[in-house]
Amino acid sequence: MIAEIGHYALILALGVAIVQAALPLLGARLGDPQLAAVAAPAAQMQFILVAMAFMALTVAFVTSDFSVANVWQNSHSAKPMLYKISGVWGNHEGSMVLWVLILALFGAAVATYGNNLPRELKANALAVQGSIGAAFLLFIVTTSNPFTRLDPAPFDGQGLNPVLQDPALAFHPPFLYAGYVGFSMAFSFAVAALIEGRIDAAWARWVRPWTLAAWMCLTIGIAMGSWWAYYELGWGGFWFWDPVENASFMPWLAGTALLHSAVVMEKRDALKVWTILLAIVTFSLSLMGTFLVRSGVLTSVHTFAVDPARGIVILAIMGVFIGGALALFAWRAPLLSQGGLFAPISREGALVLNNLLLTTACAAVFIGTLYPLALEALTGDKISVGPPFFNLTFVPLIVPLLIAVPFGPLLAWKRGDLAAAAQRLMVAACIALAVSIVLLAMHERGPWLAPLGIGLGIWLVLGALTEIGYRVKLGGASPAEIWRRLRNLPRAAYGSALAHAGVGLSVIGIVATTAWRSEEILALKPGDTAEIAGYTLAFKGVAPRQGPNYRERVAVFAVDRNGKFVTELTPSKRDFVAEQSGTTEAGIHTSWRGDLYAVLGDELTSGAYSIRLYFNPLVQLIWLGALVMFFGGAVSLSDRRLRVGAPKRAQPKAVPVTAGE
Amino acid sequence: MSARGLLLSLVLLLAVAPAHAVQPDEVLADPALEARARAISEGLRCLVCQNQSIDDSDAPLAKDLRLIVRERLKAGDSDQDIAEFVVARYGEFVLLKPRLTPQTLLLWFATPAVLTGALLLIWLAYRRREAGAERVAPLNASEKRRLKRLLDEP
Repeated sequence: MIAEIGHYALILALGVAIVQAALPLLGARLGDPQLAAVAAPAAQMQFILVAMAFMALTVAFVTSDFSVANVWQNSHSAKPMLYKISGVWGNHEGSMVLWVLILALFGAAVATYGNNLPRELKANALAVQGSIGAAFLLFIVTTSNPFTRLDPAPFDGQGLNPVLQDPALAFHPPFLYAGYVGFSMAFSFAVAALIEGRIDAAWARWVRPWTLAAWMCLTIGIAMGSWWAYYELGWGGFWFWDPVENASFMPWLAGTALLHSAVVMEKRDALKVWTILLAIVTFSLSLMGTFLVRSGVLTSVHTFAVDPARGIVILAIMGVFIGGALALFAWRAPLLSQGGLFAPISREGALVLNNLLLTTACAAVFIGTLYPLALEALTGDKISVGPPFFNLTFVPLIVPLLIAVPFGPLLAWKRGDLAAAAQRLMVAACIALAVSIVLLAMHERGPWLAPLGIGLGIWLVLGALTEIGYRVKLGGASPAEIWRRLRNLPRAAYGSALAHAGVGLSVIGIVATTAWRSEEILALKPGDTAEIAGYTLAFKGVAPRQGPNYRERVAVFAVDRNGKFVTELTPSKRDFVAEQSGTTEAGIHTSWRGDLYAVLGDELTSGAYSIRLYFNPLVQLIWLGALVMFFGGAVSLSDRRLRVGAPKRAQPKAVPVTAGE
Repeated sequence: MSARGLLLSLVLLLAVAPAHAVQPDEVLADPALEARARAISEGLRCLVCQNQSIDDSDAPLAKDLRLIVRERLKAGDSDQDIAEFVVARYGEFVLLKPRLTPQTLLLWFATPAVLTGALLLIWLAYRRREAGAERVAPLNASEKRRLKRLLDEP
């Protein structure tokens, strides 16, 4: 019964979404406020209905109702509760329901908190949002019904892919989707602005919080996926330039560019046409990510559906929305007025450079990801585009951007003084350079570029600190004055400084672990010891152990450093009974130096075990940096000027945003 | 590789418990040669896996390829020789870094082209806007004096 309620709620949601897409648009066009006002309650209703469907599916998973085909295929009664719940979105149908749920949530949030939006803009934006919802609901109802029943009901389920049974991966999809789908808000506002043919700085102010929230979720979602790959896939890599990873990375790059260009639009009324285009492109890349992952064009652990019919429907949805939005853009964008002027050396100029490099880097990832698919479709020839390609194209674009980052916030709007900014950054530059030189001397046998990479990371962190220091007049004012300025600094300033510092931390982690990781591949018998990076590991042996829904063989290592006991590492190999497949669990000891990482391999004929040990220096900084970026976004979002639904008020006077004051 | 061969290796892949990337018995005695073997392996795709290099992969086929690379190295082949040997057997698909051929010309040059095009567009937009902006005449001598007087006032 519950499953039928869920199915019915989905169909009703489709109907409501169609109403939400059609009536407000008509109302805005005819100038009928009552028709336009349908948008808000429709968006809220759509959310309630999709939430009901989602709840129904969750109940079916939690209670292990194997009469529902989807539950039977993706769950098992012996699975721990967390993975019964994460099983809801660990499959094609359920993940599409989650996708639409988040889409409807964003729509309902705008409907509920967007009271300060101009009526016409709100109606149009919600109508566009409704049309996306309608398209995807139609897709679910016609091709991917999660509530199909089985008769007779099987006795037990087939289980969830064991590699998906992991805490980080349980929450990876919701964050990733919140990011993907959150960009739909920027898209809907952009299309609404194009429909109206009018756009001003206030538009950017309304769109920024939604984009920022989506960007934060995407950042965490990507970081979780990478962290999972690091400890679960068993060889300590954290990023593989896999097409599926790229599918989430492209919207992140474009979304980051969008956040920055929206700042220019809000503050200076410039880059308007470009910002609109970027909003369309960002969500288009999110749609493309959904298509690539869901259509079976790429087959991997992410791709639950290898069903061409579904792929074609998603491709059609993509074509309509991307093509439609771009056509609308081509038609209406020339009507939009251009705003403020600025010199090349200025805050705006720096943000244009940011956008230039981020979007080109995004294009590099796009080309590398889609070229092999296109080539195979056109000529039948298969080529591989792997990490070496991306290292050669992406990295040279991103490094100059990172070098430029600390300059941006120190330049004034309209016309900046590069020499003065450079002077302020002198201390940061000297420290970064000094660290590089020391590291270069310590590692005289190379790799040569790594010390410079670490210097770059330090430069970013110190550059962010320099900006805050400069704004509070550190070293030029009394402690009381500095304290007063620290308190009065807008939160957005802290947020951007934090985010930039977070990028620096990630860079340090990536460079250190890529350049200086050590590795030992050994055949060890119980009683043997091994040494790596100053640690001594005594191999005690391998013992069986029973988990909730798996059996495992656990290797035990006693780890010493300088003769003192540090920890016990227990890498294992798990066999999942219901799913008839296994996973490798690495044993990881984290310290400030880095991670000691042990992987258990197979038993060799000699009675020894194949063991791989790694030491990954500073690797946790990669994800710590992402967390700091997320936190920076949160701080920025809490800024009163950006707060979602903050009542419109007079322009705050003398907000210290320019570096020239 | 024939379809049957592929099927066979898939069956093997599923039936055999996964071995691990680079086994202890594969490692070459000469560290310099082993380092070269690792570097080459990182650039070769495991043909039955999802976007993994043979250096990362657990699949038996990847192991075979790793052993082939090491054998060729011991026989004194250069990195170039080995790449050509592997491509001759498995096709361009095996290289994670595609070689520059007429087919990959666009792949390698598209990004620089995008960057150049974007720079050009920015420059044009800037030029056009400069031209369209209201020209403000520079201050004449008396205005400059007046400005100086205003600025010098206490």
